[in-house]
Amino acid sequence: MIGLPLWAAVPVALLLVLAGIVTLTGSIGLLRLRSFHERMHAPTMGMTMGVFCVALAATVIASLLQHRPIVHEWLICLFLFMTAPVTAILLMQSARRRQRKRTGADESK
Amino acid sequence: MSATILHWAGGFAVLCFTLGLGCAAVRLIRGPGAEDRVLALDTIYINGMLILLVLGLRFGAGLYFDVALLIALFGFVGSSALAKFLLRGEVIEP
Repeated sequence: MIGLPLWAAVPVALLLVLAGIVTLTGSIGLLRLRSFHERMHAPTMGMTMGVFCVALAATVIASLLQHRPIVHEWLICLFLFMTAPVTAILLMQSARRRQRKRTGADESK
Repeated sequence: MSATILHWAGGFAVLCFTLGLGCAAVRLIRGPGAEDRVLALDTIYINGMLILLVLGLRFGAGLYFDVALLIALFGFVGSSALAKFLLRGEVIEP
């Protein structure tokens, strides 16, 4: 990272700090929220905003250092944005089914 | 000057991701249901991938990107397979 101008280093540093704070908030939410349906929402913040900020920072650094546009970090971003809802939907369906099974077993007793 | 700023920002980001990974690991151990554990495993994958991306920025090595892409891929495969198992009772249905 030697040779990066200051006008680019400050926004990149802010993006990295923002990604860290957002992801840490999501993970603390995963730890502290009470029910599973609330906890479902917390880590998606790190999955979207955190990865987006880190990919943007990496793109700026690599493009400025090598004097040509480098966009391969967006591959991870695109892949995560495509696959995170699939996992979330599957987990939510399984949670609902297991909850219904549990309450149904309680009612049949 | 700019190298110092980026060094400290990268260190702070890695520290935050590591703390988040620890939170998710506590949820993985403590979680009341199996879905909580799968969700915590997914969060651990994402945090580890972000740590690798920021380390790749700091060291300027391109190999970290490939490892992060593979971790994202296998994280999706693993957590969706576990969720499918919780949903149906088996991963690949006949």
